Amino acid sequence: MERKVFQKPKYLKKAIFHYCPGCGHSIIHRLVAEVIEELDIGEKVIGVPPAGCAVLAYNYFDIDMGEAPHGRGAAVATGIKRILPDRIVFSYQGDGDIAAIGTAETIHAANRGEKITIIFVNNGVYGMTGGQMAPTTLLGQKSTTTPGGRDWARDGAPLDLSQMLAIAKGSVYIERTSVNSPKNIRRTKKAITKAFKVQMEGLGFSLIEILSPCPTNWKMPPVDAAKWVEETVMKIFPLKVIKDEVGKS
Amino acid sequence: MDKKVLMRGSHVIGEAAVRSGCRLYAGYPITPQNELGEYMSEAMASLKDGTFIQAESELAAINMVLGASMAGARALTSSSSPGISLKQEGISFMAAQELPAVIVNTMRGGPGLGNIAPSQGDYFQATRGGGHGDYRTIVLAPASGQELADLTRKAFEYADKYQTPVIILGDGMMGQMMEPVEFPDPIDLNELPPKPWVLDGAKGRPSRIIKSLLLDISMEEEHNWKLSRKYESIARKITSSETFMVSDASLVVIAYGTAARIAKGAIKKVRDIGLNVGLLRPITLFPFPKRALLEISRLVKNFLVFEMSTGQMLEDVKLALEGRSNVHFYGRPGGIISTPDEISKVINSLYHRQHLEEG
Amino acid sequence: MSRKTKTGRIALDSELCKACYLCISVCPKNLIKVSDTLNHKGYYPAKFTETENKKKDHKCTGCALCAIICPDIAIEVFRG
Repeated sequence: MERKVFQKPKYLKKAIFHYCPGCGHSIIHRLVAEVIEELDIGEKVIGVPPAGCAVLAYNYFDIDMGEAPHGRGAAVATGIKRILPDRIVFSYQGDGDIAAIGTAETIHAANRGEKITIIFVNNGVYGMTGGQMAPTTLLGQKSTTTPGGRDWARDGAPLDLSQMLAIAKGSVYIERTSVNSPKNIRRTKKAITKAFKVQMEGLGFSLIEILSPCPTNWKMPPVDAAKWVEETVMKIFPLKVIKDEVGKS
Repeated sequence: MDKKVLMRGSHVIGEAAVRSGCRLYAGYPITPQNELGEYMSEAMASLKDGTFIQAESELAAINMVLGASMAGARALTSSSSPGISLKQEGISFMAAQELPAVIVNTMRGGPGLGNIAPSQGDYFQATRGGGHGDYRTIVLAPASGQELADLTRKAFEYADKYQTPVIILGDGMMGQMMEPVEFPDPIDLNELPPKPWVLDGAKGRPSRIIKSLLLDISMEEEHNWKLSRKYESIARKITSSETFMVSDASLVVIAYGTAARIAKGAIKKVRDIGLNVGLLRPITLFPFPKRALLEISRLVKNFLVFEMSTGQMLEDVKLALEGRSNVHFYGRPGGIISTPDEISKVINSLYHRQHLEEG
Repeated sequence: MSRKTKTGRIALDSELCKACYLCISVCPKNLIKVSDTLNHKGYYPAKFTETENKKKDHKCTGCALCAIICPDIAIEVFRG
């Protein structure tokens, strides 16, 4: 008896993704939707999309979603969660959104231990605006505002926001994963599940940083972009559990 | 509290907010309005469903209000001039997303860091949207402790009813002065009409989206006109002003807030020496009471706009009158508080100059 | 007694495919190739080469690695 073992998850609408070929966003959308379904929280989840390529996330997720100004996802999610503490509230943000313009809001939400979950998509570049440098752009990496490659003296080094958030006492679970290979995609799904469970158990702030390919702005074919994450990006942003306070008092 | 109490202006706003069903306050300390945040920190803690957040910035605070509003709560933030500048992005978003919110601006000297003394230098910021894009916010200008209470109640009602941010525009003096105030009874949140657009989890209903992005330019145009029509409708319903001794006046002073209190004192003085002067006090600054002004201008050909600024409401007066009357101006920016005596001298001198011109 | 082997198949929607070819790069049995027919988006989509009629030497096990990595959820996977 043949049975279907893989299909589009329930909490994604019929809309066709606008993302570029090989982009990690839609993989991550799918994983979040699968986790929402498996944890049975579709009727109590509220998502906050960013400004960035995923600004149209509400066209895809079939859940309540409220747009935040660029960078403010953690503050908007805080407002929602404080009013509706029994709902599951997550913010979905790119690297510029969370680690440049939104740094203060993110660090302070973590510091206060806001019981929200953040999905942080790190593709080392500002995608929607055409490929400018991001806080996580690697040294030497070319972008439209670092045509000669990111230079330490002019631009500073890439920022590891997740490490910064780990210092905040209110953060409970922080992990960095990737969606560049099926093995890492499975790992990402487990991490997202864990992060949502942290919120469901009322433990505190959780964040999953997901390395994601941006073939268009990295100017490489998708298969090469996926390899580049493995061979280059992970050297600066290694995959690991950065903080796990679950089970500790 | 069901009788008059003596209370500081900033506290009055807080107490009125709580009684109006405010259940989230987010703010950042800035003089001269810190008393409001401090009041709310206690008030929210005493409610089982109240939230107080001392946010990391005024910017974070307005965004927490945005989120709380999306979740259906009556939410409040407050600041003073430079902090209100930081909130403009959030206010623009909420106007576009048609979310309710109440924002209190206790104006101080500016621009820039300015000083902590009272001024009325943020009139343009408050009445012209203040942030980017084609929108306005309702602006209410209290001029007494009682009005602080009454207009705070109205602010929350208007915000919910018209799904738009409402600014309560006060100044440092309003925030600090103590007057007897009678508060209305606390409202029962359960009796408020439900909000059918709230994001509270799609249980038993389709999922909802609250957004302001409209890439399709026809849709954006349509949305802009929708907001514009909303503001016109608001103007027809809530425009409000107070007149004082205008029926036989040949010169009418136009002032709001603290300036209006000073002007009233000055007008009483000049009336004592036989000058026929009155006062028009706008209470809603947006929508501006054009009709009331035009009505007065049928018989009154001289107006004196008095503001604690270099002249901002002055422009709305001129726009409304469209050249029908003479508009004079007296302003003291920077935090100077004129005395009724000073203003009475200004009125006196202008009154006699007028009469000399009329021969 | 015949040993039961895992068999699977995929249904790849060529109109959803954006030709990223990540599926091709992960299929352990090299069962996905680039099609030589354009889809309506103007891409040469990926194409599953194991036809339904092919029972002998059936290689697809329904491991779903292709579907897991496909950003456009263009692949459904069946087993059994």
